[in-house]
Amino acid sequence: MKLKRLRGIIGFSLLRLSALVVVLILSIIVFDIAIKGFRAISLTFLFDFPKEGMTKGGIFPAIIGTIFVTVITTLFSIPLGISAAIYLSEYAVEGRLTRLVSAAIRNLAGIPSIVYGLFGVVIFVQGLNFGTSVLSSGLTLGLLTLPWIIATSEEALKIVPQSYREGSLALGATKWQTIRSNVLPYAFPGILTGSILGLSRAIGETAPILFTGVAFFLPWLPSSVFDQFMALPYHIYILSTQHHAIEQVRPLAYGTTLVLIAIVFLLNLAAIIIRYRLGRKYKI
Amino acid sequence: MKNKIIKAMNLKRIKEKAIYYFFFLTGILAVIILLGIFLMLLLNGLQTFRDVRFSDFFFGTVWNPSAYGESSYGILSMIVSTFMVTLGAMIIAVPLGIGAAAYIAEIASQRTRDILKTIMGILAGIPSVVIGFIGIVLVGPFIARVFGLSSGLNALNGSILLAVMSLPTIISVSEDAIREVPKEYKEASYALGANRWMTLIKVTIPAAYSGIIVSIMLGIGRAIGETMTVLMATGNASAMPHSFFDSVRTITATIAIEMGEVPYGTTHYYALFAVGATLFLISLGVNLIAEIVTSKYRGAKV
Repeated sequence: MKLKRLRGIIGFSLLRLSALVVVLILSIIVFDIAIKGFRAISLTFLFDFPKEGMTKGGIFPAIIGTIFVTVITTLFSIPLGISAAIYLSEYAVEGRLTRLVSAAIRNLAGIPSIVYGLFGVVIFVQGLNFGTSVLSSGLTLGLLTLPWIIATSEEALKIVPQSYREGSLALGATKWQTIRSNVLPYAFPGILTGSILGLSRAIGETAPILFTGVAFFLPWLPSSVFDQFMALPYHIYILSTQHHAIEQVRPLAYGTTLVLIAIVFLLNLAAIIIRYRLGRKYKI
Repeated sequence: MKNKIIKAMNLKRIKEKAIYYFFFLTGILAVIILLGIFLMLLLNGLQTFRDVRFSDFFFGTVWNPSAYGESSYGILSMIVSTFMVTLGAMIIAVPLGIGAAAYIAEIASQRTRDILKTIMGILAGIPSVVIGFIGIVLVGPFIARVFGLSSGLNALNGSILLAVMSLPTIISVSEDAIREVPKEYKEASYALGANRWMTLIKVTIPAAYSGIIVSIMLGIGRAIGETMTVLMATGNASAMPHSFFDSVRTITATIAIEMGEVPYGTTHYYALFAVGATLFLISLGVNLIAEIVTSKYRGAKV
């Protein structure tokens, strides 16, 4: 009897320990980057170009490049993702085609990001002749985030109660009018949250942009969608593995990492706040 | 008058139809993209085999495309490397993940659960390049010191990092599965005199078995396809690995390293697509197993 109880105590302690280890892992990662990264951050670091072979100066072009490419990703994947979700949630009837589409979305979400990179090279860089550019990278990242946007938007649409649709249809509204005025507004907070989370993932992705447009170093900012660009995640990779003076530029690598993580966290925070605030307003 | 109304109604109907087709097209886009990716990999990848024998490609252990005159395209060592790093990751992440999931589902208070779930969300959102960076600055030196190695960039480092990356997936999916186990199962077990620990180990976790398997498959899928982390932390020596202290070069890392510099249309170029196709099929297979387990599980529950 005593043995049995002892086993339980040890067992539950092990479970507690494993949860603790996970918390510890995150704490180590976040604190290490926050503390060492913070020392590198200054106005010059945020708003200046890299100087003297990237051993001094800042990361301004990488910040701008990341914002630029994310804007293209957003413009491409969010409208497309939402409309695919509208089809799946509002129009599609249960059947083989719908099951096929859902299976395709799930599988797309599981494809390694580097494979999207290869696809981007063949389709955007070469096929559509966009070259290695902000546009090619933005579209590649757009494809990568698309399944995520579709899945979260579909979920947000499905939460809207059926009676909202029926009420509108009963008053003689067409399907589209119903969707526009009685479904989308209520699904909006969920769609927005999902989209922001999707973009926060795209921002940190490196593999899909490796061969589609990102540059090692550029002394100027991209001025059109057909220019190459610098990006924060790739800059971290370069500073920590490809640079000729890796130890010397380590503080810069920490600083860049902190900036990237801060952007990702802020987006996550925004998503949480939106879900909380708008979700309460619409009471779903 | 009547004509006008009919006209207006027809216009309305046409508009609705047009809107429907628009949504339909965007809806099936996912299928087109998936098919497109598959065909792109296949068509480019198959070109490789005009110059390289099928068996040499899949069973050759030497990958040296740039060797003048006698380049070789064997991908076996990178496949072994990928599986080795993934296996190591699962050895770490599966017990830890299931343990944490059981804690969150069965022991933690609502407040602790919310906090841990938020932490899991944050961990899942950390970009892979950042995890790779941690591998270089923290895990690498740590491994080198503990095991007295000159460099800590090896398969073990990759495994630790991939474990960290797959933990959020394993924990959240397993936790859902453990929480979905009907209360009656546990109550029946208590009624038979089993204590909480026995119930958890002998009843709850076995009942959540398929969900846990799915979580592991998804974790494996994530680990196999991960690029930046292994590229940065495993040292990238392209040879057959013998132990976890060897530097390894995975499938994803090989594509990442070579794709940027390879001349268009060469055998080497096509071979990288064949490598990509292999990776695609492996991750598709892993997803498929997860799907089959999920659908069986759903079927059994209804």
